[in-house]
Amino acid sequence: MRLRLIAALLLSALLVAACGSSGSSGGSGSSNGSAGSTVTLVSHDSFAVSKPVLRAFTKQTGITVKVLKNGDAGAALNQAILTKDNPLGDAFFGVDNTFLSRALSAGIFVPFTAKGLDRVPKSLRLDDRNRVTPVDYGDVCVNYDKQWFASKHVKVPRTLDDLADPALKGKLVVENPATSSPGLAFLLASVAKFGTDGWQGYWKRLRANEVKVDDGWDQAYDTDFSGSAGKGAYPLVVSYASSPPAEVFYAKPHPSTAPTGVLTDTCFRQVEFAGVLKGAAHPRAAQELIDFMLGERFQADIPLQMFVFPSRTGTPLPAVFTKFATVPSDPFTLPPAEIGAKRDAWISQWTNTVLR
Amino acid sequence: MNRPVTGSLAARLSRGGTRIVIVAVPVAFLAVFFAWPVVAIIGRGLVPKGRIDLDPLGEVVTDPGLRHVAWFTLWQAALSTLLTLAIGVPGALVLSRYRFRGRALVRALVTIPFVLPTIVVGAAFSALGITGSLGAILLAHVFFNYAVVVRTVGGLWSHLDPRPEEAAQMLGANRWRTFVGVTLPALRPAIVAAGSIVFLFCFTSFGVILVLGGPRYATLETEIYRQTSQLLNLPVAAALAVVQLAAVLAALSLGGWARGRRTAALGLRSASEAPRRIGRAGARAFLAGNLLLMGALLGTPIAVLVARSFGHGLDAYRQLGHVSSGFLEPPIRAVWTSLRYASIATVIALLVGGAAAFALAGAHRAKRRSAWLLDLLVMLPLGVSAVTVGFGFLIALDSPPLDLRTSTAIIPIAHALIAIPFVVRVMLPVLQSIDPRLREAAAVLGAGPRRVWLEVDLRIAARAALVAAGFAFAISLGEFGATLFIVRPETTTLPVAIYRLLGRPGASSFDQAMAASTILMALTAVSVLVIERLRVRDVGEF
Repeated sequence: MRLRLIAALLLSALLVAACGSSGSSGGSGSSNGSAGSTVTLVSHDSFAVSKPVLRAFTKQTGITVKVLKNGDAGAALNQAILTKDNPLGDAFFGVDNTFLSRALSAGIFVPFTAKGLDRVPKSLRLDDRNRVTPVDYGDVCVNYDKQWFASKHVKVPRTLDDLADPALKGKLVVENPATSSPGLAFLLASVAKFGTDGWQGYWKRLRANEVKVDDGWDQAYDTDFSGSAGKGAYPLVVSYASSPPAEVFYAKPHPSTAPTGVLTDTCFRQVEFAGVLKGAAHPRAAQELIDFMLGERFQADIPLQMFVFPSRTGTPLPAVFTKFATVPSDPFTLPPAEIGAKRDAWISQWTNTVLR
Repeated sequence: MNRPVTGSLAARLSRGGTRIVIVAVPVAFLAVFFAWPVVAIIGRGLVPKGRIDLDPLGEVVTDPGLRHVAWFTLWQAALSTLLTLAIGVPGALVLSRYRFRGRALVRALVTIPFVLPTIVVGAAFSALGITGSLGAILLAHVFFNYAVVVRTVGGLWSHLDPRPEEAAQMLGANRWRTFVGVTLPALRPAIVAAGSIVFLFCFTSFGVILVLGGPRYATLETEIYRQTSQLLNLPVAAALAVVQLAAVLAALSLGGWARGRRTAALGLRSASEAPRRIGRAGARAFLAGNLLLMGALLGTPIAVLVARSFGHGLDAYRQLGHVSSGFLEPPIRAVWTSLRYASIATVIALLVGGAAAFALAGAHRAKRRSAWLLDLLVMLPLGVSAVTVGFGFLIALDSPPLDLRTSTAIIPIAHALIAIPFVVRVMLPVLQSIDPRLREAAAVLGAGPRRVWLEVDLRIAARAALVAAGFAFAISLGEFGATLFIVRPETTTLPVAIYRLLGRPGASSFDQAMAASTILMALTAVSVLVIERLRVRDVGEF
């Protein structure tokens, strides 16, 4: 009770402060009914934004943002579906193209055309009714440890087929698609490449080549991959196209080249969306938030906060991205509806092929 | 012997009132924050559209894959429990009965593994090459739960009157016979209590199975997570939750039966009197052997973490003080958040768990049937999947005045839910073993019932409550699994900060995660040490 009292006091203090700041900014706030209110954004644990950017939104609109986090992307979406009659918040961020059809068929979003949607490439706009707005994208690709390949004089592989080459026996670590989002993306890359009939044969070859399967990205990348912190035994890992810039960014001092590289012919594109939740208490504020998320300020904040690419064309990228990141020109994709229809079956077939 | 006459009618009425409050507090808390959410989510799965549909249950029971999962869950938990007890009971002896320099420090240090987030331990075990096997799972379970046995069993052991043992030896029994014939029966309630907690932990083990077992191993808990969180297959998840619940109930009933209906009064002594000096060479070797084992089993993974955090001097620690991507505040602020939640959770757990312990002790004394029911209810949160409870919160606590789904209060409440069983299991054996003659003596000397309760029960309980508080505080500091499955406002506790740092590529992020883990460990050790200090002073008065 005490805590709620304190929380209520803090909240009202915040509200007063928010109103005060928007008032003192000389009417720069937009003139609509939602000023002074709070908007609740529901998301997963990987959502991140810098504080000045959030403050800018409050200053601009008079709306305070409350962020709720709940588990990984799958758990967060399923919780949103479970609570669709009495939603936890006003807007949701973090459903990607691999789960999009589940969200859309559950009907948790209402259509809304965000300001600036015309600046987003068509290839990222996967719902023609605009129930969801693409906010960022990234590519899941096999990364390699440059030093290992150089010192062992082994040729760096290029394609998915190359990974099954016996010369690379026991050198690749991947994530379980049942429990990991990059793991699922890599499975989908193999489906896109070898077709619904051929991908299982590919994974049989990978299994014969002693592919290692971890349950999560952390373990695969931080522990088993030889090119990062853990100095593990595997020079090839399923990670992101943005991992090399992150390696540079988080090393002290910054090295002049990235220690890891990306196999650009192994990538699967993930697009992350936001949407206004059906039954939201503050739909207008939710719309303003999504407008803001597609705006220049938020978009420019994305790369160094979440290590993915902004969806808005022409958003300036930080130096570490322009220098060290690769955007594959032709990543694998699959229609969200097909993923939605077959995802669970593919995962259980994969489990039988690779683990049992 | 007749019970002492208990004063006026008013006094008797107020005692009845107190008893109702003491029972009502834990029952209401657990009903609202545990039973109701669990029933709601299972109902959503098995009673869709108002009609009971038990087909998923049949599917779960007949599917060979799922049967295999259930069987594996059971035997790995049983094996882990036996191993932990076999290694932990000698450790409890050493840390409670032997007097040696640095004992308090060692006792604080062995508590550290218990609060480490699995993801951190996974990284440490993997660095040591222990991963992806049944052995890794068992070893990790012993690593995590060693402290449960040492503290629960040791807590009782340090207060055991040494005279029955001395008498047995005087009568010609050797040390082993004395242990088996006198000490072990006296310790039975604590051993069974520790065993049930360890079993529940291993039975519902989640992170250890995922991180260290690798994808080939699945337990009911990981399967419920997959069905709920990834596939949104609520009927099968609910059926699995029912199976899990049934198994846990069976295990707890077995534990209750093994604990015996009544615990003998043990004639507890103050702790400072009980430890003995180490005389014989055999005892010295036993002590050395145990300390070595603790060092190897618990010390090695921890040493790997700490060494890693200092890999670049103090750099990793310094960076924790700066805002970096993914964080709204410097990660170091998580320390205060964690301490704040841990304090609140400890208070809740002590109030609710303490009330439950008193209620249970009273009910057992009066041999009331309701005792076992309350006992089960109190223990169940340890045996039910965090995913089930977390998703249950969402659909049960969704309307005023209890719309806590998006409130900060939900975090310490969830932590308290996990800490309450510990509070009860630590306090109950001590309360039950209070010699009734102490009460009678106090009454004969003119103390009223309230005074007897204050001077006898509460005094002795206070000591146990401090041990329990240490546990509760440590649990809240390190809690990670459950917090991940409840919706919570943007608040970063230390384990969540570690998780987020590990989720970021780059060597420096990893080092920072190790630094934050080291801080978490230090914090745990310090809080346990402080509580031990308080405890010693308290016993001095006793």
